[in-house]
Amino acid sequence: MSDVNLAQSAPRVIAPVAIGSSRWRSDAEYIVIPTLAIAAALLLFAVFLLGVGKSPVEFVQLVWRGGFGTAFSLQNTLQRSSPLILTALAVAIPARIGLIMIGGEGALVLGGFAAATVAIPLVGVAPPMPTLVAMALAGMLTGGFWMGICGFLRYARGVNETISSLLLTYIGVAIMNFFVEGPLRDLSNPNKPSTMPIGSDYMVGPIPGTSVHWGFLFGIVLCVALYLLMSRTTFGFAARVTGGNFRAALAQGLPVGRLIVACSAIAGACAGLAGFFEVAAIQGRANASLAAGYGFTGILVAFLARHNPLVIPPVAIMFGGIVAAGGLVQRRMGLPDATVQVLEGLIFVVLLTSETLYGRFSIFKPRAR
Amino acid sequence: MTSTIISRRALLQTAALGATGAVFGLRPWTSARAADLTVGIVYVGARDDFGWNQAHAVAIKALKEVPGVKVVEEENVPETDAVSKSMESMINLDGAGLILATSFGYYSPFVVDLAKKYPAVQFRHAAPLWNKDKDPKNAGSYFGYLNQAHYVDGVAAGLSTKSNKIGFVAAKPIASVLSNINSVLLGARSVNPKAMVQVIFTGDWSMPVREAEAANALVDAGCDVITCHVDGPKVVIETAEKRGAKTCGHNASQAPLAPKGFITGGEYKWETIYKGYAADLAAGKTLANFTAGGYEADFVRNSTFGAGCSEEGKKAALAAIDGLRAKKPIYVGPLKDNKGKVVIDKSYGNLDPFLDKMDYLLEGVIGSTT
Repeated sequence: MSDVNLAQSAPRVIAPVAIGSSRWRSDAEYIVIPTLAIAAALLLFAVFLLGVGKSPVEFVQLVWRGGFGTAFSLQNTLQRSSPLILTALAVAIPARIGLIMIGGEGALVLGGFAAATVAIPLVGVAPPMPTLVAMALAGMLTGGFWMGICGFLRYARGVNETISSLLLTYIGVAIMNFFVEGPLRDLSNPNKPSTMPIGSDYMVGPIPGTSVHWGFLFGIVLCVALYLLMSRTTFGFAARVTGGNFRAALAQGLPVGRLIVACSAIAGACAGLAGFFEVAAIQGRANASLAAGYGFTGILVAFLARHNPLVIPPVAIMFGGIVAAGGLVQRRMGLPDATVQVLEGLIFVVLLTSETLYGRFSIFKPRAR
Repeated sequence: MTSTIISRRALLQTAALGATGAVFGLRPWTSARAADLTVGIVYVGARDDFGWNQAHAVAIKALKEVPGVKVVEEENVPETDAVSKSMESMINLDGAGLILATSFGYYSPFVVDLAKKYPAVQFRHAAPLWNKDKDPKNAGSYFGYLNQAHYVDGVAAGLSTKSNKIGFVAAKPIASVLSNINSVLLGARSVNPKAMVQVIFTGDWSMPVREAEAANALVDAGCDVITCHVDGPKVVIETAEKRGAKTCGHNASQAPLAPKGFITGGEYKWETIYKGYAADLAAGKTLANFTAGGYEADFVRNSTFGAGCSEEGKKAALAAIDGLRAKKPIYVGPLKDNKGKVVIDKSYGNLDPFLDKMDYLLEGVIGSTT
């Protein structure tokens, strides 16, 4: 995950938009190669399963059933993918401007913590809707500020943003733990330190007719909005130019510093929103359970989606489905929990390896009409 | 042209139907309905962690032997909505009629909410959190008084120590942990009036580095027996064994980790509770909402004695177990805390709620709760 990697991949994501007339050929490359890569990963995994004496056919059946095959499973999958969509955006947006930020977890935790804290004086006083809006804003602002720090340090002081965002994650979790175990602790909950619960009246309900919370829909909308922002506006263009060639952007007089901080802050706001939904739709309070690793899984999702916001939802749903089915696989096949991680790891490695295949097949080359 | 498209579509439809048929045709999950009772259990960590989760997994292995009972297990389930979804998946896809949620943070809001959503399913949680005024009637709590087994540890350790100093690596100064420390002391003192317990708190349930440091520090301070109350005792036991100290275990059997110095250890015997639930459900009885007990109910036990236990320690420990089965009290007052204040005025039964509020270390324990 070095800068080299990004320098290779980022311009390619933009390429199909630029080529124009024979776009579909190069577009097809971005569908065919990942699909084949996933197929290859599944094949490798099948070999692994046969190696431990389990049936790959049964595995596929169980993943289908546990992740997608019933109304319950599908909702389970979508629910699990919602935080991943938002935390993947927190990686993908900075990537477009040439930054590898992996601190979504910290922004999520602090965003969730801020949302829960803002709610404490409002619960029982203000009506639910404005309270939730205030909580969401608090979460997004806090997350945005947190990752904005990394962007600022990168631009102003040349601090490596990958390292700083990762380290700030641990600081963020420690800050939350300090307040949750100290000044803001709900004393009626003696064994698991948490903030005061916001109460069921103030919780975000599910999308009507489903058990999936609204975070999923917000994630999809944000993906589309941020895709448009990054590929159809001057802001997005300037950010991509900066990501493509930092010196050229400076020479052109682009406001590079502001662009970097803005992209980092947008990323943090996405993760902070994920934190808000964890508090407002799931936990009802802030506690150590907020640091559940969604920020880290989001990194995988963003890389697999090649930092394209429109590709993030399907990839996140694929991950959500694998995780949702993981339980059923454990239960029915008697396999340890790590099995699903083996599959995730194989997909990740094979997909990243497949990056070297782009541009090597003449069938995908644009040709003159 | 049109006809080609139609036939292609028809072909695709047929293929899709065929694929669906293949997927649903074998239906390996139908067997789940064949059992009379399906029990679903969720663990927060790995089933072979030599600690809390393993204690439950060992019991589940025994439960699986019961005819008519099918068990589905899921490990490493975090305390987020992941656990609701896992439990719900067990209910919807496996037909689970009884859910065992084994980690503290699963209870609120996840178990409570799910119990309201699925009133026909029974939920039981392994910590005393069920509130009869607020919580659903199909939910409940179960736990074991492990301090009774630690009392037996104390008896065996008191007769196996040479330095008369027992080291205790503890997670947090909360009642259940303090009761284990005090019980080790009282057990040791019952056979060896010179015995002392020295305690170090690590501050959290799973702190492997600090646990190793604490075990080393206690050995350096002259303790020749080390025991603990942390989530996974593996590190403490292995560190002590390496330093040549004897050890008493916690939660599950750590005997394989300390072939030279293992004395015995306090273990939960969840299988008694789990088999009881299964039998009650099979007989059509309503499950108790609150199940708790120690040796008298066969909910706890001691690990098989290891090479570190002296012969007289073994004999005294077995006698102590007989006493506990007959409800002989551990806390016989008056007893002072280690600051000199009388904290236990008279003799209390082993399950007396007065003892659940324990916030002190008894005289004879070196260490502080703050």
